[in-house]
Amino acid sequence: MKWTRRDVLKGLGGIPILGSIWWAGTANALVKNKDRSEILEQLNIQPSLPTALKTIGGAPIRFGIIGFGIRGEQLCRAIGFATKEWLEEMKVEEQETGNTQLQEFLDQEKLNIQLTAVCDAFDVRAEKVVSSFSTDTFKVKRFKTHQEMIRSGEVDAVIIATPDHWHAPMAIDALENNVHAYVEKPMTHTVEETYRLKAAAEKSQARLMVGHQHRQTLSFKTARDIVDKGVIGHVSMIQTNTNRNDDNGAWNYDIDKMANEQTIDWDLFLGSAPKIPFNKNHFFRWRKWWAYGSGLSGDLLTHDYDRLNCVLNMGIPKSIMASGGIYTHNDGRNVPDVLQVNMEFPSFSTGSSQIKGKEKGMTFTYSATLGNGFNRPTILMGHDGTMELGNNLTVWPDGNSTKYAEMIEAEKMKPNVPIYHYNPGANMPDAVSSATSQYFADKGLMWTYIDGVRVNSTYLHLREWLSCIRNGGDLSCGINEGFDEAISAHMTGLSWKLGRRIEWDPAEQRIVPIEGINFDEVLLASP
Amino acid sequence: MTDVFNKDQLTKSVVVLRILIGWHFLYEGVIKLFNPDWTAFGYLATAQGPFKSLFMGLTGESVIGWVDTLNWLALIFVGISLLLGIFEKKGALVGILLLAMYYFAHPPFPWLEQMNVEGSYWFVNKNLIELVACWVLFNFPTGHYFGLTYLFKGTNKTTNTQ
Repeated sequence: MKWTRRDVLKGLGGIPILGSIWWAGTANALVKNKDRSEILEQLNIQPSLPTALKTIGGAPIRFGIIGFGIRGEQLCRAIGFATKEWLEEMKVEEQETGNTQLQEFLDQEKLNIQLTAVCDAFDVRAEKVVSSFSTDTFKVKRFKTHQEMIRSGEVDAVIIATPDHWHAPMAIDALENNVHAYVEKPMTHTVEETYRLKAAAEKSQARLMVGHQHRQTLSFKTARDIVDKGVIGHVSMIQTNTNRNDDNGAWNYDIDKMANEQTIDWDLFLGSAPKIPFNKNHFFRWRKWWAYGSGLSGDLLTHDYDRLNCVLNMGIPKSIMASGGIYTHNDGRNVPDVLQVNMEFPSFSTGSSQIKGKEKGMTFTYSATLGNGFNRPTILMGHDGTMELGNNLTVWPDGNSTKYAEMIEAEKMKPNVPIYHYNPGANMPDAVSSATSQYFADKGLMWTYIDGVRVNSTYLHLREWLSCIRNGGDLSCGINEGFDEAISAHMTGLSWKLGRRIEWDPAEQRIVPIEGINFDEVLLASP
Repeated sequence: MTDVFNKDQLTKSVVVLRILIGWHFLYEGVIKLFNPDWTAFGYLATAQGPFKSLFMGLTGESVIGWVDTLNWLALIFVGISLLLGIFEKKGALVGILLLAMYYFAHPPFPWLEQMNVEGSYWFVNKNLIELVACWVLFNFPTGHYFGLTYLFKGTNKTTNTQ
């Protein structure tokens, strides 16, 4: 058969078009891949993977729960002890809304531990623990006081999830009796007991863990690597925020119908707090008063401070100034619900890409309101780049960066395009994110799961503590981290209350005294 | 005469439509094939509408790899068949299936939040229009006029002169 020119044109005309498109597609994809590899190579960031922990061998670790309120119940559930009521509730939710929490709870690795004891001033809560976690052969024992529980010989460890003013007395008592302690944040309620708890922890054989579960979040470990490698250069400013706008977020928790003077041991709850008549509001919503809690500075600033201390290891600030007021929930509380905090770190540096000595010092700001829920992210602002830090992590180059000047000039980097995006659920770090993947990531939709399992950081944190009790090893939030957190929180509370700058003396390891002022009296006072 | 002229014009315009759609599919397929990090995970995991659970099911660890591979294979197959004018009915059919999936994963229904779209749509979007265009290609093959079919089916060579 002989083909004419016309035959060839009409029969094979599609081939050159196909070839051109294939060439364009591969060239385009390869150029993008090359740019991406070049940037990743220059950044040299190593995403962290979960650390392997030794399993808890031998006899189960026996632990007691002190305080089975909202947080206490969450902590127990995180390590495998969910109440019958919660299991029932989740079964219904699973059927009605497809909630997967129950399945996740059941799928979680079982730890070699036993809940043996409970202590709670409210009968209903204590009895809930006894009825939920006792078996035919074993009964969970209820103790009236933490002293009895700690000395009973029936607990190797205690989890303290009480109001703040009980944290240190209980933790110190546990450590002095060589009982391991996990204490919720803030670690302490006053300055003096912070010093005392540090001494007790250093002396004790038992292990103290402070409840900042964020330390287990993988993106924070990666953030540390990013800062250490100078990816964003000298960080001069960090902004962290709390944005909440609901009753629960403003600590107006439900008041149990069963609560009365017969079911609540009021004197036990008060402890060292000023003696006042029975008050259900104070019992269930204690976070709103300085006598038992510490409001934004102790409750929420501590999370943000410790998240960044975990990334930067910047320690206690040289000075703190705070302001704010009760502007959104005038309901009888005496802790502020709007708070602005500036922490100064004049000698701190994350490294510099410019001439020596030009860059030094950093301000850490914490800005909180309980009257607006608009999400303001945590931002680390460096000379060479900006990092947004959450569960995911994104880095943008700065338009006037010294380090990336050449790449920006060559348009290999653009200030509005992320150069690095990390998500612990993804297999690969995603450099030069496309608008689409960036969008999905921002929505928190793209990689919510790690290997198909949503991981609870509280579980990881408690598991680390329990594993270290049995096997030894370093705790990611022990007494030193807790000390930094508690002192920073107390300096903030003092600054807000006194309306003046509070300074830290690193040599003496003491808050710089102010003549005529007793810091603890100020902290505990009800304004 | 008018009929013949119109048919000729129609054939030519469908050929152009076929090449443009083939072009679009092939380029999408090649870009995905050569990007080692590309995955349909995000698109599927954020699916909305009546078939949401079906699309979510495709994001499982054991299936997502197959889904990704089948997607670029199908895109490239549609692209090649339409560009070269061979197996074009099969190509158009696969194209219809792919576009139906893209359409239903993120349908432009007014009661759903429109995510990541560049225009404004009310039930009809570009996926749906391209799907119908593929339907036209399925019903009106033109490979015998421009494409490999023209060479392989000698009898068709004269069609346009009828």
